[in-house]
Amino acid sequence: MSMADMRQPIESGCPDGFQYMHPAMRRNYGLWRYHEHPRPGVLRHVAHGGDEIWTVKAGTQRILDVFTLRKLCEIGDKYADGYVRFTIRSNIEYMVTDPSKVEPLVKALEDAGFIVGGTANSLSMISHTQGWLHCDIPGTDASGVVKAMMDELIDEFKNCNMPNRVHMTTSCCQINCGGQGDIAINVQHTKPPKINHDQVANVCERPSVVARCPVAAIRPALVDGKPSLEVDEKKCICCGACYPPCPPMQINDPEHTKLAIWVGGNHSNARGKPTFQKLVAAGIPNNPPRWPEATAIVKRILQAYKDDARDWERINDWIERIGWPRFFEKTGLPFTKYHVDNWRGARNSLNASTHIRF
Amino acid sequence: MAKDIYETPMLDELENGPWPSFVSGIKRLRDQHPDQRIQGMANSLLGQLEHSYETRKGYWKGGTVSVFGYGGGIIPRFSEVGKAFPESKEFHTLRVQPPAGNYYTTDMLRQLADSWEKWGSGLVTFHGQTGNIMFIGTTTENTQHFFDEINDYGWDLGGAGPCVRTGMSCVGAARCEQSCCNEQAIHRSLLNRFTDDVHRPALPYKFKFKVSGCPNDCMNSIERSDFAIIGTWRDDMKVDQSEVKEFIKAKGRQYVIDNVVTRCPTNCMSLKDDDTLDIDNRNCVRCMHCLNVMNKALSPGDDRGVTVLIGGKRTLKIGDLMGTVVVPFKKLETQEDYDSLVEMGENIIDFWAENGLEHERCGEMIERIGLVNFLEGIGVDVDPHMISSPRQSSYVRMDGWDEEAEKWFQRKLEEKQQAAG
Repeated sequence: MSMADMRQPIESGCPDGFQYMHPAMRRNYGLWRYHEHPRPGVLRHVAHGGDEIWTVKAGTQRILDVFTLRKLCEIGDKYADGYVRFTIRSNIEYMVTDPSKVEPLVKALEDAGFIVGGTANSLSMISHTQGWLHCDIPGTDASGVVKAMMDELIDEFKNCNMPNRVHMTTSCCQINCGGQGDIAINVQHTKPPKINHDQVANVCERPSVVARCPVAAIRPALVDGKPSLEVDEKKCICCGACYPPCPPMQINDPEHTKLAIWVGGNHSNARGKPTFQKLVAAGIPNNPPRWPEATAIVKRILQAYKDDARDWERINDWIERIGWPRFFEKTGLPFTKYHVDNWRGARNSLNASTHIRF
Repeated sequence: MAKDIYETPMLDELENGPWPSFVSGIKRLRDQHPDQRIQGMANSLLGQLEHSYETRKGYWKGGTVSVFGYGGGIIPRFSEVGKAFPESKEFHTLRVQPPAGNYYTTDMLRQLADSWEKWGSGLVTFHGQTGNIMFIGTTTENTQHFFDEINDYGWDLGGAGPCVRTGMSCVGAARCEQSCCNEQAIHRSLLNRFTDDVHRPALPYKFKFKVSGCPNDCMNSIERSDFAIIGTWRDDMKVDQSEVKEFIKAKGRQYVIDNVVTRCPTNCMSLKDDDTLDIDNRNCVRCMHCLNVMNKALSPGDDRGVTVLIGGKRTLKIGDLMGTVVVPFKKLETQEDYDSLVEMGENIIDFWAENGLEHERCGEMIERIGLVNFLEGIGVDVDPHMISSPRQSSYVRMDGWDEEAEKWFQRKLEEKQQAAG
């Protein structure tokens, strides 16, 4: 096809959201007064003028086939008003104005195998990345880890038994597309990349690979007469940053690519300022298809949090109150030299006081 | 049914358990979809995924695929084991920009499903971590056909690569009493000014806008966007004392003391003997905690606007960075207000495009050159709201002190005159 026959794109950008909003939401835009939480998975918002809207939230498998998507639409037409939205954690939300529609809607969703819940002080769906299904650099699968974990944590999604909401994330490499979470399960590489020197010169722009390394451990080199790259393995922190721009620097390894667990990431400004997640456990085997070792540690952390945190404390608030020594004591997780930060700004994470709990 | 079905003993384990299974979904496409092309793609995809599970390795590589007229928006995927799994050997994802707040009618979702079934694998995610609708899996040729079809009825590609990325906004004023701004207007004003930078990657690295209606920051904008816009207010919060009393009646006085008053980070609340709440609004930092707990009794004030923070990002390359306050408060009422917000976006992106190194996020550039150089570059004055504390180190040359102090007093005088009208 010649260029002249090609269709020019319409650069419309982000579409107008109002056309897809429930009419009661359009009408009351900016006019909501308060909300209530009648039961897990259901919210009732009331507007200043007296209008109300009921929301039913349900968890899905995130990777939706068109049959599942049509099923969700069918439920939306039959039991709701034909308007939905998705949360940032891939839960679907149905909005209705008639409260008598709520219970039949909940039942229809549950009968179809979707999980109603995820509101308020529950554990919401784990936000996740693409993994082996579609990513070009993944150390593990994402959908599989999440499916296996949510099977085990489903009661915490369906009920509101946590001190405050729990946001979990998973990421298939250390770039951490899954983002910050109260609990994050992320790939952690433990060995330097294995370099295929036959390919480097053809595939990689060597100066930009050198520039990508956070610790300047990569340098250009001639290997067997071919231009390639070499890694100072004493300096290498095994982060995998060189792998995306240079696939011949294979960082993924069936044995040495592990999982690590981080806790206390909190996006909200409520009470304290937002916080980043901190390392608590590592060396966890990347064990498909159900990753039982990772799930067991997550459950242990959740149990300690549930038993000990006060109402409204997120995981970071709870640990700040009880202190890190107590966190390791309560969860039974080992504290190692790897927990002590040595990256830039690390001194800020050291205890420069006599504030010590006994 | 596809002719030769790959065995998937490991993936089959993910069909057990109560949470909905993506494996069952892909199998439905393989076994029940009327179109043989989709059956074959799903079968092949399952085969490759099972191979990944067995060997604990990924087998996709990137490449260069886009649609006519654009340079990005597609995540190209070519299989490294395409000989063994030929029907999914090209399996590209299209990133499509959702509306702010991720609203859809079921009719529109069905229309998208119809188009995707015609040209793609039938697998879709609402939404990826950057905020796009992810249409997962199609060939290089069908990428163009699918885009042409949905672009005709109002959908456009999002960002991929070193460019302005698709934005994200919370549920917002459409359904949340805490919202202090018009997320829909902010999101579209910003994103649709930069469509060229979304579609044609030419920046140092990615640049993300995220909008949260209040400081609960449900979009994680401080932690993971280069340009965070967060709704807030600067007058007194609203207190409905009769609702305070109702709340105390329902939950008890101790609950209010333990969960509201003593949780205030600046100790600005006090519960009076008559069960009313007294608030020191000058010291309230708008953290949202008390409003979250007592959302019927306490509400944001009326003098609303936004706080803007710049430079948030995750690990690569220098480690995690939160965004930094660059605009403590900005009204967003008139068209000029919105225009000046967009102009600030332009200034920041221009300055960063000129001064950022390859693969350096905006926040990393600020870390390298210092906040003051950045502010001077974008024409913004320093403000004590931008810092947690003044400098601790005396290692600084300060022979411009008198001029700088004079600038401060001049600014304060102008503010006073402006306020006096």
